[in-house]
Amino acid sequence: MKKYTQDHEWVEIEGDIATVGITEHAAEELGDLTFVELPEKGLDVIVGDKLAMVESVKAASDVYAPISGTVKESNRELEDAPGLINSAAEQEGWICKIENFDVVEIEDLMTANQYTEFLAKGK
Amino acid sequence: MPYIANTDADRAEMLKTVGCGSIEELWKKAGIEEPAPALDEIPPGLSEFEVVSYLFKLASRNATGLVNFLGCGYYDHIIPAAVFEITSRSEFYTAYTPYQPEASQGTLQAIYEYQSAICRLTGMPAANASMYDGGTALFEAMMLAVRATRRRKAVISGSVSPILREMIRCYSSNLKIELKEVSPGDFCSNQKELAAAIDDETACVLMQYPDAFGTIEDLSMLVEQTHSKNALAVCSAYPIALAVLKTPGEMGFDIVTGEGQSLGMPLNFGGPYLGFMAVQRQLLRKMPGRIAGKAFDASGREGFVLTLQAREQHIRRAGATSNICSNENLCALSALAYLSCVGKNGLVEVAELCAAKAAFAREELIKTGKVKAPEDQQFFNEFVVELPSDASEIAGKMIDKGFAAGFPLGRYYKDRKNQLLIAVTEKRTREEIKSFANAMEAVL
Amino acid sequence: MKLVFDKGSPGRTGSSLPKMDVPDESRIPQSLRRSTKAELPEASELDVIRHFLLLSRKNFGLDTHFYPLGSCTMKYNPKFHERIAALPGFTLLHPLLPQLRRGGALTQGALEVIYETERLLSNLLGFKQFTMQPLAGAHGELTGVMLIAAHHKAAGETGRKVMLIPDSAHGTNPASAAVAGFETKEIPTDEKGNTDITALKASLDNSVAGIMLTCPNTLGLYDQNTREACNLVHEAGGLAYCDGANLNAIIGRVRPGDLGFDVMHINLHKTFSSPHGGGGPGAGPVGVADKLVPYLPISRVAKRSDGTYALEYNHDNTIGYIAPFYGNFSIILRTYAYLLTLGREGIPRISENAVLSANYVRQKLKNHFDDASRERTCMHECVFSAARQARNNVHAIDIAKALIEKGIHPPTIYFPLIVKEALMIEPTETESRETLDHFIEAMIEIAELAEENPEKFKSFPSTTPVGRLDETAAARNLDIANLAGQQ
Repeated sequence: MKKYTQDHEWVEIEGDIATVGITEHAAEELGDLTFVELPEKGLDVIVGDKLAMVESVKAASDVYAPISGTVKESNRELEDAPGLINSAAEQEGWICKIENFDVVEIEDLMTANQYTEFLAKGK
Repeated sequence: MPYIANTDADRAEMLKTVGCGSIEELWKKAGIEEPAPALDEIPPGLSEFEVVSYLFKLASRNATGLVNFLGCGYYDHIIPAAVFEITSRSEFYTAYTPYQPEASQGTLQAIYEYQSAICRLTGMPAANASMYDGGTALFEAMMLAVRATRRRKAVISGSVSPILREMIRCYSSNLKIELKEVSPGDFCSNQKELAAAIDDETACVLMQYPDAFGTIEDLSMLVEQTHSKNALAVCSAYPIALAVLKTPGEMGFDIVTGEGQSLGMPLNFGGPYLGFMAVQRQLLRKMPGRIAGKAFDASGREGFVLTLQAREQHIRRAGATSNICSNENLCALSALAYLSCVGKNGLVEVAELCAAKAAFAREELIKTGKVKAPEDQQFFNEFVVELPSDASEIAGKMIDKGFAAGFPLGRYYKDRKNQLLIAVTEKRTREEIKSFANAMEAVL
Repeated sequence: MKLVFDKGSPGRTGSSLPKMDVPDESRIPQSLRRSTKAELPEASELDVIRHFLLLSRKNFGLDTHFYPLGSCTMKYNPKFHERIAALPGFTLLHPLLPQLRRGGALTQGALEVIYETERLLSNLLGFKQFTMQPLAGAHGELTGVMLIAAHHKAAGETGRKVMLIPDSAHGTNPASAAVAGFETKEIPTDEKGNTDITALKASLDNSVAGIMLTCPNTLGLYDQNTREACNLVHEAGGLAYCDGANLNAIIGRVRPGDLGFDVMHINLHKTFSSPHGGGGPGAGPVGVADKLVPYLPISRVAKRSDGTYALEYNHDNTIGYIAPFYGNFSIILRTYAYLLTLGREGIPRISENAVLSANYVRQKLKNHFDDASRERTCMHECVFSAARQARNNVHAIDIAKALIEKGIHPPTIYFPLIVKEALMIEPTETESRETLDHFIEAMIEIAELAEENPEKFKSFPSTTPVGRLDETAAARNLDIANLAGQQ
């Protein structure tokens, strides 16, 4: 199951792991990323907490937790290659994996279709 | 009138273009209805000649003929004329922040070179393009430590300049920061108590080197103790002294700041000065201020840009690493020009002259038999003497003899009424120092 | 071009120092000496001079190029100011001298400069008193909001934690408020370019500490709701702060103190013509209404009944030391010279000519670029959007580079944030009509090129020492210092 937030994060649930990143749209808006500040393993977050930070030459943006839980792992490859988010924001450009969450929390988030509509409305 | 090129004819033509019959109509259209204010208390304009004459007169009312032994963080050094020549190039001084790199390579390369020079002097790997002065730089260093450690307590040694401590107290007053000031020892910091004051809530410990008494001491141990609590060690340093002293980088400091005035800037009655800041690599992205970095164009030519701008206020707004907008650019250029002119060996020579003359002055004063100096004080170019009576009164008497004798420490340290802080730079001659000691003997 | 560190050769020196005339002994123990020398240049004075003069030629400065950088007021800097600022009677003065006993008498000329400049500014801008201490515009903002905090604290209103800031504001406003411990809340701009009064009203409650308005605002428009906004904030118990970055538009014509502002910073390097220095040093004095006077920083310069000047420290409610001493003295000195030269009849001519020039440019360009001035007469700067050109993939940045190609420094771009593809043009009063016409012509040619040959823009600028630099690569592979040879 994959859901989207109004702050342009995505969260995908597979078993007891939730993978989080920013959307392709967000990556495009930010431009070429130059730096990603990753959360530390073991960090407990609740929905809306600052989880990570992404920077490009012209912008900086906080990434908020779309789901509450504990950070299990961060995508260390982004440290040397933040551009992975530009090339594959919703695949290799994932930011972190979260465990100990309650899937109910994301039920109200947008589906892919709803997110596309949401973006269209904003334009 | 001066500085406005357009004539009445130009203005008439321009008003016609914008569809207004008069300037007053233009103001109305722009939404300004209120009557123009009376500027009664502003005098009528003067010609350039008249203003120059008047300001020459004011300048002559200031006593600059005193032989200067006053320092306290702000020093009277020789400035090569070439430094002024460089900073007087109006391509440098009439430009602004290098937002357009292709039109600002002069400024940008100079900033990169300045950052490199500060790193080489402090023994640190990274520096920013400068801050306003030594005090604001030290405050920014504290805030950098607060951000980096996510802790809100700062330990500050009483041997940090009282002026800088006043500034930090002022800036911290609305922030949730616990400032713990640790009283100094006799003529140095109290390392034992400082170490004891550092706990698991401590973001940083703030030190000065040489300190407010002129004392130099090895702070490596304290830095280690700071690190053992995962706090950061911050040092405000005197850049001329760093030419010969063990660098803060060598002692393991995480952040080094300082007042850069000594590097080619006149005393100027308090400014403009220069705050420098250098950090260890892992703190680079949390550092405030502008930073120039190397970049390449499409055909591989090397150039420089402002980099890591996403930390700054124009992008991050309330979440920025600082509210600072510009740096203190022309002052940074002065520092770079100064360091380039005196050069690798010249800077060491300046420092050795200062240190030797200060040691000589101390001996000469002791020889008078009326002045006591702490026996074991190790210092660079500034030292403390204990006078038989109130140091501020003696300093007043010395002014009549033509000397700015030093800074009476009692102004900031209540228990040091009789102590005078004396600074000696390469400008002071053997004769001046001898007559200084003689004059002191006479007034005591 | 080689770095200065790569000029010269080992052993060469440009320094000329007095000989050691005392025993070559110091009180520095061997254990506290650095292990290797700092790797600074080893160059002759000529090597150094040539290096920096060649570097300077890679810059656009105001003296060499038209520089209509919006919000920055790049006006001409009179040359005699530099001579005065270099007088030894001022430059050699140690700031601690007046703090010595009887030292005040030795610095009367300098204290007079500070005091009299402060009085002139207070009268000119309608405030009770100024502090000359803040060292830059943003530093003045911080000082100003700290004064607001001190006021609320003294009144026991510690719950006032929110600073209201328009969406058009400079980034320094929210950043300064944050450094002073405030939370910030954004107030929208209405369709006429004024503060949105409805939204403001909805934001007012007893958590509000104040509002920070830029006057005129960053759209280059005179905010007709200024008085009302100040009144509303006052009624809610807050204070009104004026960001003086755009003071050049109203100097001598409107006194911000008369509009209801309680506190304001001004930029001496903008309105009062001290040089920008490639990005500082500037100065950001702060003026206050009566009620904030008690909190002003110390020291303060006072005039005694006998006509002499003295430093004062005894103010119980002061926020303390904002700067180590009395401000950026040599910048204040230049301002004093400027005010004395222009005088009461000259000062209003600044804003009149600045506003006329901006409207002239706006009128001539409004058919070629999308006007962001909400169809209003602008003040000292005009804001356009390159949205039309952007449809051909020619963005504000491309227009900037095309101007550089033509030997003109670009306007401010991408600010204010509420205008897409913003181009913010501030011509200032010191530029002649011919210069404006030349700029207008260049802009029109650029607009035409954007229609006819948008691809061409990618090659601009081609005449500068470097072409467009890859800022992304620079941020990813950071190289911010050259440490070659340093151990």
